[in-house]
Amino acid sequence: MNDQRPATAHGGPILLAENITFAYAKQATPVLENLDLSIQEGEFFCLLGPSGCGKTSVLNLIAGFQQVTGGRLTLAGQPITGPGVDRAVVFQGEDALFSWLRAIDNVAFGPKMKGMSRHERYETARKYLNLVHLSGQEYKYPSELSGGMKQRVQIARVLANDPKIMLMDEPFGALDAQTRGKLQDELVEIWRATQKTIVFITHDIAEAVLLGDRVGIMSKGPSSRIATIIPIDLPRPRRRGYAGFGDMWEKINALIDGEEAAGDDRASNDGAAAKISLVHRHEGHAELVRK
Amino acid sequence: MTDTIAQLPSSSPIPARARKGRRIEPTYLVYAASIVSMVALWHIISTTFFEPAFFPPPGLVLSTGYEMLRSGELMKHVGISLQRILLGFAIGSLVAAPVGLLMGSNRIIRAIFEPYINFFRFVPSIAWLTPVVIWFGIGETSKVLIIIYTTVFIVMINTIVGVSNIAPNKTRAAACLGAGPGQTFLYVTLPATLPFILTGMRLAMGNSFATVVSAEMLAADSGLGYLIFNSRLWMATDRIFIGIVSLGVLGILADWIFRQLILRYASHYGPVE
Repeated sequence: MNDQRPATAHGGPILLAENITFAYAKQATPVLENLDLSIQEGEFFCLLGPSGCGKTSVLNLIAGFQQVTGGRLTLAGQPITGPGVDRAVVFQGEDALFSWLRAIDNVAFGPKMKGMSRHERYETARKYLNLVHLSGQEYKYPSELSGGMKQRVQIARVLANDPKIMLMDEPFGALDAQTRGKLQDELVEIWRATQKTIVFITHDIAEAVLLGDRVGIMSKGPSSRIATIIPIDLPRPRRRGYAGFGDMWEKINALIDGEEAAGDDRASNDGAAAKISLVHRHEGHAELVRK
Repeated sequence: MTDTIAQLPSSSPIPARARKGRRIEPTYLVYAASIVSMVALWHIISTTFFEPAFFPPPGLVLSTGYEMLRSGELMKHVGISLQRILLGFAIGSLVAAPVGLLMGSNRIIRAIFEPYINFFRFVPSIAWLTPVVIWFGIGETSKVLIIIYTTVFIVMINTIVGVSNIAPNKTRAAACLGAGPGQTFLYVTLPATLPFILTGMRLAMGNSFATVVSAEMLAADSGLGYLIFNSRLWMATDRIFIGIVSLGVLGILADWIFRQLILRYASHYGPVE
């Protein structure tokens, strides 16, 4: 039953953010500042934070849609300078699917770009549609699929391209609770079957506790960074009602509340005093984690 | 109570859908009733308040139309007008769609063409008629060029709007899946913009009808515009009405065919209406 893969068993850091800063041109305060992050190969990492804290900016930087304005962001040692097939994104919006292509052609899109033969890429697409439980829906257009099915097509499309790292930006945020729960469980199954590294962005604490090996909590924006990282040492498969789940939820919730308060402090007080209070808070968190 | 329950399964052996298919859509009945009443109204007004030469009643128009059909005169005018419209419309769309796609995708190309588009789209094609006739003669070339001119701007502007309406997530997804700029253009930008191109073409078709008539009125010896304008000289209002009715019917037919083509071949690219 306990087949948890602890962080030490992963294959070493695949993604490394060292002191990165990201700011839009013409804007005084950066979105992200002094952000450090190290993600292990094969890890399921959840990024959690209050809305507007720059979670999506982190994902956009890793995906290569935007470029860091300071610091170093590397994937397997190589600096990220643009989008690439080694990183794939599952978007929250279903508008990321190609509405003029059937499910199978959506999934076969990546293989087609690689120049795979028609037969080969359909075989690949069928395999991954099967993995996300969409056998029998291959020839439907996105408009004929439900919200949950569309997100499954997105997941299959990303997997068919065999990326090193999967980036997921609140992929289940727009789904109803029941569908979301089902897809969360299936995603864990897929992760275990494919051994992919996953960076999963969410604002739902329960989702992060259910899915993640580790949960990174971002400080309130602007100039946000990753304030705390909490390892989720609950055994898998996890159930929402299991002992420990609620405690973990409470712990993370308290940390986020602290971050929001710290953000408010920073907004009202200027400079050094506020920074010191933030540092104290983080030390407090670290203790919490070690308990 | 028991009666109704027992009756339910056996009382409707024919599935509801099959029975419904036999009936004529109520909307069509309303269409038919509306058209019949309008023709009747036309008849009453034209026979009560006007001389037939000023406002021909439907019967007279019908018999004149029949005569013109039998002599082949009507089809000659219809044929030549349609040929001009289709040729100009097709060439115009073929030029405008790729240019619009390029303009939508590339800021420099857009900056090169945008001033001209914004300038010329407010200059009606008929304003160009005289210079075009001087440069290209009174033949078919001039008329087709005028219709190309009418078509180009509508299709181009719709295409540009279509490109800028593509969800950023789509192009980002394509980039993540390994599509280069050329592949993104071919496999994402083009299909995602197709509904807008088709909408632009539908609008342009309406404009082409209007333009061909004006062009034929001013510089032609055939076509529906010529028929309408030339009949004026003899006060042949019945012949003018034939021209008007033909234009309306051809317009409805052309639009219907276009919509069927979209439904048949491009329904998954986006909404039709």
